[in-house]
Amino acid sequence: MDKQTAKIVARRKLEDRIFNALGIFCTLVALSTLALLLGDLLVTGLSRIDWQFLTSFPSRKAERSGILSSWVGSLVVMCVTGCTAVPLGIAAGVYMEEYGRKGRINTIIEVNIANLAGVPSIIYGLMALGIFVYYLGLGQSVLAGGLTLAVLILPIVIVSTREALRTVPVQIREAAYALGASKWQVISHHLLRYSLGGISTGVIIAISRAIGETAPLITIGALTFIAFLPTSPLAEPFPEHLTDWLHSPFAVLPIQMFNWTSRPTEDFHRNAAAAGIILIAVTLSLNAVAIFVRHRVRRHIKW
Amino acid sequence: MKPTATVVAADAGSLLAGKPARSDGITAFVARRRFVNSVAATIMFAAAASSIVITCGIVAILTFESATFFSHVSLLDFLTDTMWTPLFADAHFGILPLVAGTLVTTAVALFIALPMGTIIAVYLSEFAPHKVREVIKPATELLSAVPTVVYGYFALQFVTPALQHVVPDLPTFNMLSAGIVMGIMIIPYVSSLSEDALRAVPMLLREGSYGMGASRIQTAFKVVMPSAVSGMAAAYILGISRAIGETMIVAVAAGMQPNLTIDPRQPAETITAYIVQVSLGDLPHGSVGYQSIFAAGATLFLMTLAFNVLGHYLRKRFRH
Repeated sequence: MDKQTAKIVARRKLEDRIFNALGIFCTLVALSTLALLLGDLLVTGLSRIDWQFLTSFPSRKAERSGILSSWVGSLVVMCVTGCTAVPLGIAAGVYMEEYGRKGRINTIIEVNIANLAGVPSIIYGLMALGIFVYYLGLGQSVLAGGLTLAVLILPIVIVSTREALRTVPVQIREAAYALGASKWQVISHHLLRYSLGGISTGVIIAISRAIGETAPLITIGALTFIAFLPTSPLAEPFPEHLTDWLHSPFAVLPIQMFNWTSRPTEDFHRNAAAAGIILIAVTLSLNAVAIFVRHRVRRHIKW
Repeated sequence: MKPTATVVAADAGSLLAGKPARSDGITAFVARRRFVNSVAATIMFAAAASSIVITCGIVAILTFESATFFSHVSLLDFLTDTMWTPLFADAHFGILPLVAGTLVTTAVALFIALPMGTIIAVYLSEFAPHKVREVIKPATELLSAVPTVVYGYFALQFVTPALQHVVPDLPTFNMLSAGIVMGIMIIPYVSSLSEDALRAVPMLLREGSYGMGASRIQTAFKVVMPSAVSGMAAAYILGISRAIGETMIVAVAAGMQPNLTIDPRQPAETITAYIVQVSLGDLPHGSVGYQSIFAAGATLFLMTLAFNVLGHYLRKRFRH
């Protein structure tokens, strides 16, 4: 190798090393922001989390406030969201993947879902305000809130169902048909069982997204200050109050956090940080569960 | 097949399906299966079609309420007036300040997210060892798992005070800090999809490039990236439409004062923050203020729709 070439090679190698370092640097910046965010929340808010915080209603005094109504609110809203979005999303995903693969309607639905996934969440809130709250007259209730978030996460559930179904090899379908199974039997006995892991990953991610969602619920007018819990469905006399909780007003955890963040005093910001820790703990652990499920599925199913 | 008790149900089923019931067991069995199949197919079709209902609902509500809004306010004022004060006695309905706020915060976010997302994608796809990628990719995706209201808190309580050391006279509410945090939030949207696009480029191209004596960086930027360009563009567009529609970070950290400016150091209100601001108060249903959030929402919807359509078109090209 003459001197000139050696020089060029050395320079190229240096460039490669510089870019490699740059890549590591950018990755670290992104990850350390996450670490910084977690650290800041923990330092500010961890000492605020105690039994009193979890079991108190919000109050005008920061040190007496708690997140009881908001975590219960988040829980019941998620029940409504999960019970509607999951069956609807899975059914839609199965239809698109197994029935209408090439039809024109399917193309329309497909383009439509791709578009829905890109619509900002606050637009869903406006739609829900117009339709659920006023047109259907549900008011600012748990039902309206749950349906709003269900509509929001529907595209995620549909897309992950389709992706999970697509990983089931065609031979499984062919073998089942060869044994005389009907289409519905192929779907319910085989495809859905094999793709259960993939679908649950998608569902968990979708729910974790819905828990942290704030804007559409503010838009439909969820309350920020609420000092009572929804009526228990089991309240006496028994069957009369079975569905009362659906029509109850509600607050959710992220809205409570937003409310505390926008107050001027320091002690409310501690409350906000504490609520943030709980919120982030829930969403990150749901994501961890999703990653775990995905890993397990990958390892255990070998076609 | 032992069609005993099932035959009755099957006959009922086939009657429902409009087919003549036969005593022949097999036929009944087949008919029952057909019935179950068609019921299942119908239910699943209805579920799939519900997504169209949702879209129609969004478009209908936005159109209907905006139409009422525009019967009070002229479209020309809406597009050209430089003041947005719908809740004041002297009401002005110029969307420009809100659009400016949205575009400035988006620009700041993209200034962070696009270069960093691209570098991370190229690094993960072309430079990082397999094991590193398997750990780093899900880790960066956790950035998008953090609820946006938490990012808003972080922008207001951590990033803004930190920036105030660097930028003199930075107000508490400013678009700079909101935009930066939003940019970090968007990184995984850009990097994950770009990385998928880069990895989809056939290995043969890389081998050819290395065979010609190209370095890694030359291969990455002059061979792999041009082949993945439409996929990467789709990733960028997803990032852009996320930034335009992001609500809580800007509502918390950028302030709620409409302000027609392109200076990111100033506070300003975005379209999304305005909708939040109005929703927090209780405006009577049917008032002009109430309708104004739908007009603002329709503007936002059209902006993101344009980007989404472009993104879909690019994704389609990328798939072929």
